[in-house]
Amino acid sequence: MTETTMAAPAKTAATGNPVLTVENLEAWYGESHILHGINFNVKSGEVVTLLGRNGAGKTTTLKSIMGIIGKRTGSIKFEGNEIIKTSSDKIAKQGIAFCPEERGIFSSLDVRENLMLPPTIRPGGLSLDQIFELFPNLKERLNSQGTKLSGGEQQMLAIGRILRTGARFLMLDEPTEGLAPVIIQQIGHTIARLKSEGFTILLVEQNFRFAATVADRYYIVEHGKIIDGFANSELSANMDKLHTYLGV
Amino acid sequence: MSINLQALSAQLLVGLINGSFYALLSLGLAVIFGMLNIINFAHGAVYMMGAFAAYFLLNIAGIGYWPALILAPLAVGLFGMVMERTMLKWIANLDHLYGLLLTFGLALIIQGVFQNYFGSSGLPYAIPDALKGGMNLGFMFLPIYRGWVVIFSLVICIATWFLIERTRLGAYLRAATENPTLVRAFGINVPLMITLTYGLGVGLAALAGVLSAPINQVRPLMGADLIIVVFAVVVIGGMGSIMGSIITGFALGIIEGLTKYFYPEASNTVVFVLMVLVLLVKPSGLTGRAA
Repeated sequence: MTETTMAAPAKTAATGNPVLTVENLEAWYGESHILHGINFNVKSGEVVTLLGRNGAGKTTTLKSIMGIIGKRTGSIKFEGNEIIKTSSDKIAKQGIAFCPEERGIFSSLDVRENLMLPPTIRPGGLSLDQIFELFPNLKERLNSQGTKLSGGEQQMLAIGRILRTGARFLMLDEPTEGLAPVIIQQIGHTIARLKSEGFTILLVEQNFRFAATVADRYYIVEHGKIIDGFANSELSANMDKLHTYLGV
Repeated sequence: MSINLQALSAQLLVGLINGSFYALLSLGLAVIFGMLNIINFAHGAVYMMGAFAAYFLLNIAGIGYWPALILAPLAVGLFGMVMERTMLKWIANLDHLYGLLLTFGLALIIQGVFQNYFGSSGLPYAIPDALKGGMNLGFMFLPIYRGWVVIFSLVICIATWFLIERTRLGAYLRAATENPTLVRAFGINVPLMITLTYGLGVGLAALAGVLSAPINQVRPLMGADLIIVVFAVVVIGGMGSIMGSIITGFALGIIEGLTKYFYPEASNTVVFVLMVLVLLVKPSGLTGRAA
């Protein structure tokens, strides 16, 4: 794929209805109040990116949606169902898959076991062959210990394993962090490919230049709130604001 | 010095038998520690309950050894799962020390209750007919029941190792040991897995109890005596590894047996001396991960 197609990924029009709606979401880590009323939505087939400075609450937002934060209030509706009080294993079974920032590769499992770990929750997931097509490196390393892989390969494994499950809503937390440009490009291609196949993706990114190649819409998170949002088509008009928000 | 082969092999057999119990018990402790992060001091008490369950099955319900081999671990495992759901669950996120105190207290209560009703002396449990008698191996006389205990324990240990290290269920277990939150976020019911794991560990101890009943008699404090040595075995082997706890269990039984032959005076202390040495050189144990 060339740079031009990277910059303008195939636009499969988002089909309108929000698949995820977050309203007045507040969340706490122990005593510290991290999210102060988050409001946003993600429509079916979209790639939505949460941008913001370190510690703004982007990762906490993803973890709250996944149900792995100590205390949360407000409303999170996924495909019409309220999941704010649902346990994380049941949330996963409704069709949300999560790729954490730290990747979460298990050292006591080999690559194959890591890949096969998330149970299939509904039909329609990618087959192993399709995953190897996206990430050929994994096929060569199936019997290696999970954490013996390079950082890039671990990220591929972390993304690859959630594609098997049949979940159509993916949450990727900083998938490009600390990776070489050539690998970032490969992950960009993967996201574009998944989008063209109808996956809905909620992305958290510090790397704005990367996000700009894949996202349909952006939300800006600051101090535990969404303070702004715009579509990719409005990006150039919002560049100045964005620089102020992100301090870049 | 000249070696008396018959006496040596007799002591080796005793060592192997003890090693079988060490292995089954430390295996259960390792499985529980990995998943629940609890040092299960009630392990000796549930071992004793396994032996008593076999005794009750026989003397109350007329159910013999072979069904008891399955029923007693199931019943005691179920008891363990109730304990986990009603008590251990609530201290899951606290310091190790709380789990240690809670399970130690539970052990005292369980043993106290049994002592209250059955005193401290042993109750007899007969060797099943099929395993009575012995075999002359030429260099030694092998009681069939003892040979059975060694082989059956070995099979159970290897089956447990296989379950954890080579199956999909085991992969869930290993992954949940590392990062329970993420495994749960993949859609796996981790709290249920934790309960079942505790049941498995406790069930293994109860199975050792049933195996031991015809050899050591059924006594309320049979587990309290044994568990001290088993904890030394666990410290030597290290808490983290399944295979490590199996091998260390059998190896220390054999070392004890050899010591009984070569220097009987040290046979009761050799395991503890080894424990001290290992702690000095490698505090996380021979095969363990750092706690």
